[in-house]
Formats: sequence, C-alpha cells, structure tokens
Amino acid sequence: MAGLGGGAGFGRCSHAVVRALPESLCQQALRVEKGGAVDFARAEREHQLYVGVLKHKLGLQVLELPADESLPDCVFVEDAAVVCEETALLTRPGAPSRRKETEAMKIVLESLNLNVVEMTDENATLDGGDVLFTGREFFVGLSKRTNQRGAEILADTFKDYAVSTVPVHDSLHLKSFCSMAGPNLIAIGSSEGAQKALKTMQQMSDHRYDKLTVPDDAAANCLYLNIPNKGHVLLHRAPEEYPESAKVFEKLKDHMLIPIANIELQKVDGALTCCCILINKTSEL
Amino acid sequence: MTTEVGSEAEVKKEAEKLEPDTAKEKPEEALESLENQKTEETEETQDSSSSPVPTSQSSPTSRKERDPSEGKGISRFLPPWLKKQKSYSLVEPKDEAKKKAEGDEHVEERECQLPEEVAELKGEAAAENHQAKTDNKEEEKHSVSSAETQPAKEDSKEIEVEKVTEEPEEKLEEETGKRETKEVQTAEIKMEKAPQKAPKKIKTVQCKVMLLDGTEYSCDLEKRAKGQVLFDRVCEHLNLLEKDYFGLLFYENSDQKNWLDSSKEIKRQIRNLPWLFTFHVKFYPPDPSQLTEDITRYFLCLQLRQDIVSGRLPCSFVTHALLGSYTLQAELGDYDPEEHNSDYISEFQFAPNQTKEMEDKVVELHKTHRGLTPAQADSQFLENAKRLSMYGVDLHHAKDSEGVDIMLGVCANGLLIYKDRLRINRFAWPKILKISYKRSNFYIKVRPAELEQFESTIGFKLPNHRAAKRLWKVCVEHHTFFRLISPEQPAKAKFLTLGSKFRYSGRTQAQTRQASNLIDRPAPYFERTSSKRISRSLDGAPVGITDQGLLRDFSATAAGDEAVVLAKLKNGESREDDGSPVKSPPLELTQDGKNNSLKVDGENIYVRHSNLMLEDLDKTQDDLLKHQASISELKRNFMESTPEPRPSEWEKRRITPLSLQTQGQKGDHIFQGEILPIKEKQWTAATGITEAKPEETDKKVGPRAEGPCSGARDADKSSHETLSVVEEKKRAEVGIEETVVINEINGGKIQVAIDGGEPCKLEHLSKKDSSSTSSESSSSSESEDEEVGEYQPHHRVTEDVIKEEKEENEDAKEVEGCTAKVVQCVESVIEGSKEKISIEHAQVAEESLVEGNAVSGTPEEKSFIEEAKQDLREEREEEQLKINGDLSHIGIDVKPQIICCSEPPVVKTEMVTISDATQRTEISTKEVPIVQTETKTITYESPQLDGSAGGDAGVLLSAQTITSESVSTTTTTHITKTVKGGVSETRIEKRIVITGDADIDHDQALAQAIKEAKEQHPDMSVTRVVVHKETELAEEDEG
Repeated sequence: MAGLGGGAGFGRCSHAVVRALPESLCQQALRVEKGGAVDFARAEREHQLYVGVLKHKLGLQVLELPADESLPDCVFVEDAAVVCEETALLTRPGAPSRRKETEAMKIVLESLNLNVVEMTDENATLDGGDVLFTGREFFVGLSKRTNQRGAEILADTFKDYAVSTVPVHDSLHLKSFCSMAGPNLIAIGSSEGAQKALKTMQQMSDHRYDKLTVPDDAAANCLYLNIPNKGHVLLHRAPEEYPESAKVFEKLKDHMLIPIANIELQKVDGALTCCCILINKTSEL
Repeated sequence: MTTEVGSEAEVKKEAEKLEPDTAKEKPEEALESLENQKTEETEETQDSSSSPVPTSQSSPTSRKERDPSEGKGISRFLPPWLKKQKSYSLVEPKDEAKKKAEGDEHVEERECQLPEEVAELKGEAAAENHQAKTDNKEEEKHSVSSAETQPAKEDSKEIEVEKVTEEPEEKLEEETGKRETKEVQTAEIKMEKAPQKAPKKIKTVQCKVMLLDGTEYSCDLEKRAKGQVLFDRVCEHLNLLEKDYFGLLFYENSDQKNWLDSSKEIKRQIRNLPWLFTFHVKFYPPDPSQLTEDITRYFLCLQLRQDIVSGRLPCSFVTHALLGSYTLQAELGDYDPEEHNSDYISEFQFAPNQTKEMEDKVVELHKTHRGLTPAQADSQFLENAKRLSMYGVDLHHAKDSEGVDIMLGVCANGLLIYKDRLRINRFAWPKILKISYKRSNFYIKVRPAELEQFESTIGFKLPNHRAAKRLWKVCVEHHTFFRLISPEQPAKAKFLTLGSKFRYSGRTQAQTRQASNLIDRPAPYFERTSSKRISRSLDGAPVGITDQGLLRDFSATAAGDEAVVLAKLKNGESREDDGSPVKSPPLELTQDGKNNSLKVDGENIYVRHSNLMLEDLDKTQDDLLKHQASISELKRNFMESTPEPRPSEWEKRRITPLSLQTQGQKGDHIFQGEILPIKEKQWTAATGITEAKPEETDKKVGPRAEGPCSGARDADKSSHETLSVVEEKKRAEVGIEETVVINEINGGKIQVAIDGGEPCKLEHLSKKDSSSTSSESSSSSESEDEEVGEYQPHHRVTEDVIKEEKEENEDAKEVEGCTAKVVQCVESVIEGSKEKISIEHAQVAEESLVEGNAVSGTPEEKSFIEEAKQDLREEREEEQLKINGDLSHIGIDVKPQIICCSEPPVVKTEMVTISDATQRTEISTKEVPIVQTETKTITYESPQLDGSAGGDAGVLLSAQTITSESVSTTTTTHITKTVKGGVSETRIEKRIVITGDADIDHDQALAQAIKEAKEQHPDMSVTRVVVHKETELAEEDEG
C-alpha cells in the first residue's frame, strides 16, 4: 500500500543508487580535517564490496552512476537527493563544488518515475547527509552544509511528515553521528555533540525512539534495510575499525548484521549511508 | 455568612427554576436594559417563526449591525435599535418576497410566514437540504450584492421584532407586558402552523449550525441557553454519541474562531455575533481506530477532508491521492467502470490544488480498494490521515521573542513551535509547568532540562490579546483532554460539560473512551451525505449543480479552491464578512477605543511562593494607579513580606479575600483552581443585579454596552476583575492573564504537598501521572477567569462604595468594610440572578491544619491534630457525614452551609463563592488585624448547588463514602447520586485534612487537592471549596 510509511514498512527498498568514485577523490575531495591519504584502490575495493552487498546479498536493483572526475565527492550520492516514498528531492548541496552532482542524480531518479522535486532556491542549501528520516518524520541537521531554507524546502516537499531542525555544530552532517538502525531505532554516537543532538530530536518528536548508543560517532552511521525474506538487515562498520561499537551492534539479535569496512572513504568524511540512495518502488506506475 | 449563603441558595433555586421557565426570566429581562430586551424579543420572535434559513442569515448581520450601534455607545439604549430597524425594514421585504407572500413587515405577519416556510423547509428538509441552502445562498448573494442594505436581510426577522417593540415605545414601563403580548402572538401563530411549538413565553433564538457534511442545521434555542444545549441538540441531530471530540465554533471574523463553551450561555459568548456556528472536531483523536462507532469516524473523516481541502492539513501528492481514493470508496463504493466514467471524480475535491494527474491517481487507487465497506474505507482514510504531521494541530500565528514569525501548534501531545514549515521546538505537556497569557503575550514555563536547575519561561507574542487568550484556552483544553486521566467515576453521558468556562469542562479523552465503551446500540445507520450530494449532482440534478455553483460563488470570496463542504462553511463566514463590512469598521473602532482606554502598563507579578503559578493580571490603568496607594497599604497590612506587589496583583488580591493574600499561595491557588468561571458569572450577576435592583440597572447596562468606557472603568480602577469583564464584553485588549498551572513535583516542599494530596489519587492508584498536572492546569485556568468574572459584579455593584472607601482609605479596616459591602452586593446579585443549572457538583472541602498553630482552630480540628490519625479519620468521616447531610439538604432546598464551618475563634474569615456553571460569584471578606495565629475559612462555591438544590428534591440513588489517608493528608469522599426530573446528579464531597508542619506548602497541597479532585472528576464542576486554615502567620506568611 502506498500509505504513509509507518514503522512496519520502514527500510523497505527495491532499488539503490550508487556512484563510482573518481580518482580525483583522493586529492580533491572535501574533508573536514586532514587525515591520511586515501588509498584509491582500497577505497574502490571497499566500495565495490559495499555495492556488492546491496546488489547480490540483498538483491536490490542497483543503479550505478559513473564517476565524474570533476566531482570528487560524487561517490557520496546521499547528499545529492533525498528520496522518500515516491518523491525525490534533489538537493542543493552546501558545498558549491558539489552542486553539479545532482544532475546525474536527477536523470536516474526520473528514470525511476519518481516525483522529482528540485531545490532551485539559491538561498537554500541542503545535504542529504543532514537528513535523517525515521519512518515517521524528518530531522534535518542545520550544519555548515544545510541551512534553514533548505530544510524548509524539504518540509514543503514531504508534507506528510514533520520536519524538525537539529543544530549540528561539531560534525559535518547530522548523520555523521547517527542513523536509523531499525524501525524506531536510532543509532547514536557517544560524543557530546551526538548526545545533545539526540536530546534535541527526542524533544522535538512526538514519537519515542529506541536508541542504540555506540561508543564511536562514526560507527553510529549504519545502513538499515528491510529486505523481504531477510528481515532486518544492518550494514555497520567492521569490528576492525570500531570494535567496541561493533560489539554493540552485535547485540541486535533480530538483525542480519553485515560488517562493512569503510576505512578509506572515512578519510574524506564518508560514512556508510553516504554512498547510496535507497528507493522503494512498490509499483511501476 | 450563613445567612448570605442561604439567600444565595434560594436565589439559585430560583435561577434554576427560571431556566426551565421562561416566564420567570421575563421579569428579569424586563428589568434588564432595553437593549437586552429588544434583542431577546427579537430573538424570541425569530424562534417562534423558526424559519431556519432566513433567521440564521439575518441574525448574523443584525448582530454585526448592532455592534456598531453599541459601539457608538451612549445612545445604545433605544436609539440604535430604532435606527437599525429602519434600515432593516427595507431589506426585509426582499427576502420575504422571495419566499412567500410579500406581506407586511409587521412582526406578526412575519412570524406567520416564517413558520410556514419552516414547515415547508422541514417537509423538504432532510433530503433536500440543499434547497434550503440555495435559498440561503440566494439570500447571501443578495446580501453580498447590496451589502449595506441587506446586512439586515438575515436579521430581518429580528429587526421586525425590534421594530414592533420599539413602535409601542412603551418599552421600559410595559416591557414585560409587551413581551408577553408579543410572545403570545407568536405563540398563536405557532400554534396555527406549528402546534408543537414551545410555550408562549419562552424566548428563543434561532441557531444555525454548519455541519461537517456541508448541510445546515437550525434550531430554536432558548435565548439564554448554554452552549451545551445547542451542542447536544446538534449531536442528537447527528445521532452522535461520541461527541466529546467535537465542538461548535463561532467566528469573530473570517479567521478568528472561538470554541463555544458548553458551560456558558451562548449569548454571552457570541455577544453580538450571529447565532451561526460550525460543527467541528475539537480534539482529533490520535488513534481514530479507538473510536467506538463508525459514525464518529465518519464525522472525523468529513472534518479531515475539510482540513485537507482547505490546506490546513498539508499532504503530499501521494497522500492526497490515497486519501481521495478512500473517500471515493467510502462514498461511492467499489469502482464501477460503467458507472464511474472519467468525470465521476471531478465532482470531488481532494486537495487544495487538484490536478488531473492527481485525479487519475485517485481513480487508480480507488480501483484497488474493491470490497472495502464505507466504514472500512473511512478507517483506512483515518489510519493514513492520522499520521500526517499536522493532524490535529491547531496553529496560531505568533512571534518569538525576537519578533520572528512563527506558528504555535497545539496538539494532543503538547505545544509545537514552527517556523515556516519547520518544527523548531516542541514542548510536550509533561514538560510544561505553566501556561499563561498576559495581554498579547503567551507564556509557557518549562521544566528545567536534565542538567539545568531552573525552569525557564518562554514568551511568545501573539497578534492581540484575544489571540493570546484563545491560544491559552486551546492549550488548557487540549492539555486537559489528552493528558488527564479519567476519574474512576462512572461515565455519564449527559453531564459532559458543566463547569467553569476557562478550563476544559468536558470529558477527557480517557473518560470519553470509557463512556463510549458503554455505548450499546446497534451501529446507527447514516448516510454519507456528501457523497449523496455529489452523486446527485452527478446524475445531473440541477439542484445539486446549482448548489455547488452558488456555493462556489459565495465561497469565492473566502477561499477559491475549497470543496463544496468547505465552500458552504466558508459561505457562512464570508457571509458574515459580507454582511458586516459596513458594520465591522465601527466595531473595530470600538475595540480600538477600548484598547486604548484599557491599555494598562500593568506589571505582572508572579508570585513564586509555591510552584503554582499565580497569574498576574495586568491592569495598569491610570485608575489603578490611583488605587495603588490604598492597595499598597493593604499590602503592608496583609502582605508584610510580599516583595513588591504591583498594582495589578494587588487588585487581584484585593479582590481575592484578604486572608488569601496573607496566606498567599493558598488563596491564589484556590482561585486559580476554581475561580475562573467568574467572567461569565459577572454577567449573570450583573443581570441579576439589574433585576433585583432596577435602580442599578443603569449602571450595569452601561458597563455592558460600553463596558470599558464608563462604568466599567470606574470599577476597573478598583479591581482587575472589572478589566476582565471588559474583556469579555468588548474584547478589549486588557491585560488579563490567565494561567494554567501545571504542577508537578519540583522541590522537596512541593513533593510533600503532593504527598498530602495523594490520598485523592490513592483512589486512582496507579493512574497518577504527570497527567495529574493537567487537572490543575485546567482548574487554575478556570480560576483566573472566574476571578475576573466574580469580582466584576462587586465592582459594579459597589463601585461607588469601593471607590470612595478605597481611595479614601488606606487602612485595611476600611477595605474590609468595603469588602463586606461588596459581599452584600454580591449576594444581592446572586439573588437576582436566576439562571443556574447545576448538574454535577464536586465539592471539595479542604482543611489544612498546622500543628501548633491551632490557636484559633476549630475544636474539631484541634482534636484532630491532637488525636491519632485514626481518630482523625473517624472524625473526618463524621464530619463528612455531616457535610453530606448538609449537601442533601442543599440538594433539597437549603443552601449548603458546609462552608460555613466557620469556627468560633475565627480570626479571619473569608467567604468566596464561585459559581462555575452559573457563573456567579460571591465573595465576602472579612479581616481582622493580623494576629500571629490565624484561622481562615474560605469558601468558594458556585450557586449551582443551590440551583440544583432548589429544584425538586432528587431521588437518592446511591451514596458512598470513601476515606483514604496518607502521611499528611486524609481525604474523605462522599458520593451521592440523585435523580431529579430525569436528570441524574452526582455530588462528591471531599474533605481533605492536611496536617503538617510549616514545612508543608499548604497552598500547594490545597491546589493539589483541588486539582486532583478535578482530575478525578473532570466532567464535574467544583461547586464549593471550603478552606479552613490554621496557621502561624509568622511562619506561613511568605508575603
């Protein structure tokens, strides 16, 4: 049914949009703080593994966009669009260098017959990484990349849902330290900023969410899917990266847990959710 | 005091009797100002005629017109009406001509015609409401076209009546006589055409209610009927049992909607507005599936469809389509390719901006719903609609502290703050400690966050005082409805909403669920009228089409895109607009004038003695300043430690019993808890006074009509209450602040107090929650209103006295004298007033005893203290028994004297009587110079008791006494159920003895007790609160 996404259908998806990473990523990708150099080959391997899980293990139809060397951050497709049900909002990324990422995204989303909305207001900025959809409502982090106007447009686009704003100060994105780990379950990092944001979200919401607190903020970004015949599926950071956080995830007995290493992209602030857009096409209209 | 009480009781009885019998009212009315009389007469005639369509329309316009005239003010008595009549007369003929014979404009003729029309309409009625609508529309059109002349159209009937009355010009002298004659005439007419109609002398007004399906319901109401009467009738008409989720709206203008308070007289609420209401969902059930009946869900669906089409409830494209498809399924049944051609959908409106694409989607989805019954389709509709983020959110425009435009959304869970479409904050009810408004500011006091120590108060600026008050009321009601736990009390279908006005007096959601569980009837059959209407139009029935066309035409003014239903509703609104243009300006002017005059620089004083918030009335008028001196002295005397009482507070306090002031918190709490209804009461009281004392009529009339301008102001000087009165009457932006105190445990002391209060809760056992807070809030809100209201009468009556004394005297004693006088006046007022309906009473008697302070305590109480708790209990029970006895007596005839437990040694005795339902208040205050130890007895009671008592002695159904005890509190509850004349009445008396050291916050405890009492019996009204307090001033004075 096309009804509003409740708890039950949350995480359902049929398609995923990903994008290959350009070599320019290593040198030109935006990053919050300097880290080690990105091993492109390894980054690619990790990404392929990631895509492979979506495609083969989970059976999604993966639409893979080619890399664009002029868009070093283009692998992080999440920031370019927000898709909820049948509607897709093409964002206006906060980083000017990323604005063109939406062009390819628009094409692919339209090919899926989604109701595509573009954010044309030049005063608006929005990164998909600042948008947390819980199944019941949206939280939009107001960060360096996302402003109020961008959030307003998101609210206008997804009228069914409450859209609450959450100040994000210490991190790149709202989802740099949190994500949905299941229906009604928010994975949240342990940093002060993360906890503060969680409190804000809890206050702003009419719903009560369970929370899964993990020691590492980065590990709190995980990818939840609800796959027929597999049930709850959670892609989370590998124990090699965040052993303590991985232990927390391992307590989720109802979830099919898939550890994913994301070492290289992490260096350029990439997280698990960043690298795909999940779409649920229930019917071909 | 006792004597006074007795008198009150009698009065109440009379009042009750009066209500049923219009005859009694007559004399009163006669005494009342000419204007009132006229209006009544007109209304009566209208009622008699009872032609639904014309009257309703006419009424609105006439009222608006009236306003300006009143606004003009001084001349209000007769002249305005006369003038109006003239203008109206022109209009009338047209309308009449349309419908029937072009008879004379005489009232009688009119009446005759009207009944005929009515009959016709009725005959055609149910099925063909649309015709009536068309008629209305036509009329409306006329009005629109000739706005100036025609405003009278709708009112034509009234106008005519008025004319008649005027013509005789015997008005004042023979008013009663005239009325009777007129009434008789009408009655005769009625007899001819509508033999069933009401007795001669009942003064009725025709009400029109726009229903959710777009049809209009009209009925004749007694002029003085309370909102509940109309609401019940509408619900009866709709065959709706789960009615607590619904309410009636009336519009001040196109976008200012007000909920009709069931516990108040309609007339007082709508003032000069037309008797035109809109049936509307008031509390959107968060989970519609928990509604018991399909018919209830159906009405909710209708409401939501309106909300969606009007844009109030934003939806995505997909949701619009989905909801639309369920609508089709519910109204048309399974998709039938043959019957449902490509156009079938265009008759429906699913969204503010409906596109072909959307319609296609709707059709597509409709096909998938095959097999769903209408009820199932409705349920699916609701299941999806309820998830919408703006479902059930009542939005109010406001600005934040920085002047940024925001929206405040009140919903089941709390208060939402939006900036543009973004939710920027949210305050769940449990987090809100206090809700208040002052002038155009709205405040919430928020519980400190986890790591914070202090609660914070957040203020919002609303467009005007009225808006702030509206928001506040909505908050109070929502909080109460959704947060309150239902009392254990058996659900009573009939006694929904009695109580003081400002708090929510209806059932809570929990209660209404409980009640609806008891619904035992086969699922009522009902037609989904909107579909019916639409299908008709589909069939090509010209009528239907015309309807829509007309509707659209009319609605064009208001809102273009709205659905048919909406259009009609809006028509109502727009009609008002159309009709009133000429008139409206004057009204506004008047208001402005008021505002200016009333504008007070008042300061708000928040008393922080306890967690309970004392609201501060802001009234800073020059007048007030004058009185400041006297007030300040009062302060010295009574509130020694009070930091810096400000005039406004003072006035409040002054009004409130002095002892209360001394006690400070308690008194305030009490007021908050139960004084609210006063405003309306004031009116009643005023009327009563008029009746009783013709001489004073002038004064009173003056205040009414002009309120703020003349007499009222004088009164204002003396007290805030006056100001409040003004508010009600003229809506001037006076800084009346009403506060809802949501008490939750904050500090140790408070906790103690709560403990004291818990016995009450013990009954509920585990139910106690944060929700308990809600009750308090409601109570507090009421109290404020009541305060205002109550005191007004005093002012008016004793204006002169008060002025003189207060101004002259700065001595507390003199003040006391004044108060005493006031009391007398009040009493008289009460006597005069004859309207009182008391269905349910909850009596809470609280006694707080402080050990060691018992110097002047009542012997009994002393003994309590000394004796073991068990003994205490027993004694209490005994006392209760006594009380009960009293109550029963009361019920029969005598006014309860429980209050008067005034004890011999009483140093300070204060009597405050507040009538919630009745809206009358008595306050008597006597004070003696402060002694270290004092005993105070404060009684708040509402005339209702008397009134109810006044009637026939009821048949005692059951009686039970429950006693519970906690550490510092003993509660004895006595429940008596009686049946009188088919109306069952349940009275609950509680005696709560709070014992403890000075550490105990008695005020808190009292407030808690009251709150709990209300919480437990949300659908009951507190009729009386007796507070007997023995304290050591030194310790307890918190000044």
